[in-house]
Amino acid sequence: MTEMDIAARAAQLGIDWSQVNLDSIDLPTGENFGIESDDETVYHDDQLEFDTGFGNIIVVDHLPVVPREKFEKLEGVLRKIYSLVGVIKENGLWMPVDPVTNMTLGYCFIEFNTPQEAQAAKEKTQGYKLDRSHIFAVNMFDDFERLMNVREEWEAPPTQPYVPGENLQKWLTDEKARDQLVIRSGPDTEVLWNDARKKRPEPVHKRTYWTESYVQWSPLGTYLVTLHKQGAAVWGGADSFARLMRYQHNMVKLVDFSPGEKYLVTYHSQEPSNPRDASKVEIKVFDVRTGRMMRDFKGSADEFSIGGPGGVAGASWPVFRWAGGKDDKYFAKLSKNTISVYETETFSLIDKKSMKVDNVVDICWSPTDSILSLFVPEQGGGNQPAKVALVQIPSKVELRQKNLFSVSDCKMYWQSSGEYLAVKVDRYTKTKKSTYSGFELFRIKERDIPIEVLELDNKNDKIIAFAWEPKGHRFAVIHGDQPRPDVSFYSMKTAQNTGRVSKLGTLKAKQANALFWSPTGKYIILAGLKGFNGQLEFFNVDELETMATAEHFMATDIEWDPTGRYVATAVTSVHEMENGFSIWSFNGNLLYRILKDHFFQLAWRPRPPSFLSAEKEEEIAKNLKKYSKKYEAEDQDVSLQLTEQDKEKRNALNEEWEKWVMQWKSLHEEEKLERQNLRDGEVSDEEEEDEYEAKEVEFEDLIDVTEEIVFSD
Amino acid sequence: MRPILMKGHERPLTFLRYNRDGDLLFSCAKDHTPTLWYADNGERLGTYRGHNGAVWCCDVSRDSSRLITGSADQTAKLWDVKSGQQYFTFKFGSPARSVDFAIGDKLAVITTDPFMERTSAIHVKRISEDPEDQTADSVLVLESPEGRKRINRAVWGPLNQTIVSGGEDAVIRIWDSETGKLLKESNVEDGHKKTITSLCKAADDSHFITGSLDKTAKLWDMRTLTLIKTYISGVPVNAVSMSPLLNHVVIGGGQDASAVTTTDHRAGKFEAKFYDKILQEEIGGVKGHFGPINALAFNPDGKSFSSGGEDGYVRLHHFDSDYFNIKI
Repeated sequence: MTEMDIAARAAQLGIDWSQVNLDSIDLPTGENFGIESDDETVYHDDQLEFDTGFGNIIVVDHLPVVPREKFEKLEGVLRKIYSLVGVIKENGLWMPVDPVTNMTLGYCFIEFNTPQEAQAAKEKTQGYKLDRSHIFAVNMFDDFERLMNVREEWEAPPTQPYVPGENLQKWLTDEKARDQLVIRSGPDTEVLWNDARKKRPEPVHKRTYWTESYVQWSPLGTYLVTLHKQGAAVWGGADSFARLMRYQHNMVKLVDFSPGEKYLVTYHSQEPSNPRDASKVEIKVFDVRTGRMMRDFKGSADEFSIGGPGGVAGASWPVFRWAGGKDDKYFAKLSKNTISVYETETFSLIDKKSMKVDNVVDICWSPTDSILSLFVPEQGGGNQPAKVALVQIPSKVELRQKNLFSVSDCKMYWQSSGEYLAVKVDRYTKTKKSTYSGFELFRIKERDIPIEVLELDNKNDKIIAFAWEPKGHRFAVIHGDQPRPDVSFYSMKTAQNTGRVSKLGTLKAKQANALFWSPTGKYIILAGLKGFNGQLEFFNVDELETMATAEHFMATDIEWDPTGRYVATAVTSVHEMENGFSIWSFNGNLLYRILKDHFFQLAWRPRPPSFLSAEKEEEIAKNLKKYSKKYEAEDQDVSLQLTEQDKEKRNALNEEWEKWVMQWKSLHEEEKLERQNLRDGEVSDEEEEDEYEAKEVEFEDLIDVTEEIVFSD
Repeated sequence: MRPILMKGHERPLTFLRYNRDGDLLFSCAKDHTPTLWYADNGERLGTYRGHNGAVWCCDVSRDSSRLITGSADQTAKLWDVKSGQQYFTFKFGSPARSVDFAIGDKLAVITTDPFMERTSAIHVKRISEDPEDQTADSVLVLESPEGRKRINRAVWGPLNQTIVSGGEDAVIRIWDSETGKLLKESNVEDGHKKTITSLCKAADDSHFITGSLDKTAKLWDMRTLTLIKTYISGVPVNAVSMSPLLNHVVIGGGQDASAVTTTDHRAGKFEAKFYDKILQEEIGGVKGHFGPINALAFNPDGKSFSSGGEDGYVRLHHFDSDYFNIKI
């Protein structure tokens, strides 16, 4: 109401507005003037929780009780301790004094500028030892009320009813013992069964835009992880792929699982605004099952790599390398001159400090034990030799070390069961103009870890690829000159002597640049990927014979299924042509082929290790005939069933087609006259067959007559 | 049997057509001269000189006396098959893409491309019995049936009552050939997703097959435009044909010309692929061309077929006896 309105209203009521003294009015007390509102929402306001504003105050207990004289000194000490953590507010330190004894009460209040500082101060000085009898007990002021109200008697928390979780490994119980694979093409991500008996994949689950970059199986196959703008998510379950957990990490770029799939590491790097700066890296480690973030690491990319030229894009992935074995106990990070090994109980450094190793360039865990192998190149212009060392974790004891001279580069290859370590060493020739390669072979499981040196028959051969036989004692090497290098097979055992390396054989002039061992060993694919147009040679190393040669034109990727029964070869959208994948049997029979445009990724679902003991497995292998009988019968059934189904389908299709043909024929017949009219009376196509009559005409032509006299004895 | 390689064109092939008796084969190419071959031994009989642009399409009358050709020189010409003389030229303001004689050979449907400010069009011309009486008058002109999109093929429906067309907008349309009214259109779900490149009808006009860059070929009922079958090829389809003898469909194609140089012939793109017409399954393939296949035609006796490629060759294949006993 404006003043005009008020005056008008007053006039209406017969009041002389100018005579009213507003100040003389006595209003009832209270905000509502004593009148209760019937608007319920007003009362809810009372329940609003107000920020007490004491969040930045901590209470430090167990201080010494001092008289007035020492008051200043104690305060000085406290200020010194806490100003290291944060900024204490002006007049922010208050130590109450007992008015009777004039002594302090043994506690004080400290007010910081921000609650964060207060929190940090609490965490850092909890348990701080001022002297032997005065150990600080620090609490947030806000917690006091809660702490005061703790009941004296312990009360058992109510037992939550047990809700059985889903069987996350149900896919392993497939009756046909098939394996799953995930493919990404275009916007779609699909999980498929590889149904080799039916020679086609069977869909399990398909989603469009399931992930925003790529997908990855966990190492034991339990989870499928997808990446999104907000973070990562894992999917799995008994029947369908339901989302099991989310892990918040904005703009996550890469993920990595610990080998026992207990932890998930997510990585994000931010390009710096100033190109001179290193990019910012953020890494988080999550507990897979609970989704809790265990630790996060932030910093510039330099802290997560050894520097060097390729450091623009951030750190090399995986930044954290997990120790072998299923217990996920340790992980290590390599940075300049340091190896940081963390343990997962507290997610802190072992012994609270990193290992200083000058100029270390590469580390590698044993796949089964907590042994770390590391490589340090030559220093001081060759005065200090390069070395390869094996370090036991957590004791950090060096188990073995080997010095190497005039080395240009080293690559470490662990055998999958951690028994052997091969180190490929590239050395300079005397002129330092070229390099040649050799191997240092460590036998980890033997006493004192003996090392053997292996050189190729022709020392100057370039080594193109190297691969251990999984769980075996053999390895394959591609060496020689492109485009037709040789492939050699070696064994760590010799017939009588198990401690000597021996050569099994060499295949000359193969079009291969990559090696793919079957996960069960024995078979290997020598593949010529990319530049070699996808040449494939399926090779049996036991017999040293080629089982099949084939070609998947332009193949870019090859992956064995986890059981070693099938192989997938794929052409991903590195180039536009012929995108899709093929499934082969282990011995090189093409089973089926699926073409998909914009094919990005194919990954077999891994299987956890078998529970069968080695002896049991051996026994099964021995009596394979007995076991296989049952499955052969099953195979037979499946194929019979299949043909039955097929027949039905075909019959249906044929019938349907017949119907069409009948319809067309009758229509054609009906229109016969009209058609004739269109053709000025000429008869239609069918009838004209009679027009022509096939006649067989025989005639003889006398071409030439000669007479010859034949004598007979 | 070894295919017969017919090298007579200097530019990519565009169209192949057998006469009704199956003894003659007409080929059109981007060079300017349609060529006539003996369909049995691949011997060249003669050429039809007179066009001044790529020849896109041709058709031959039932009695094999007259040939009609459509060319990028913006004309369609009528020829005397025997003498090789052209006796009439239809002039259009834009390239003629497809030609087809009606039953009785008294009418022909000619489609023209969108060109400059012209839209695509379907023209129906009367073909006189006596060449002397031939005029350029149209019986019917469908202006811009598909707007600025090109029509790649138009053929006559049963009893000359309809015209079936297909082209760049991927929709198959059936028109009334008397009134020019649109009768039917293929719908979005059934229809092709990309340009329809080829269309081939059965001998009895009951059904037809279309090939498209969406890597499929589809079989349709010609009266109701019902989708009957879909054949998935894996490569863009440039040419389709149906065996008059067996339930076989042959599909040819390849990727875009721009991608040809980056492709190995072993990639299997340039095969003529045979499908079972009813089961829609691939039976086999005939390799040989080193460029995409642009044209396919079955001999009316079903015992041979020929293919024309971007590579400028016509390959004439007589089937082995094994072919007639294929079981799947």
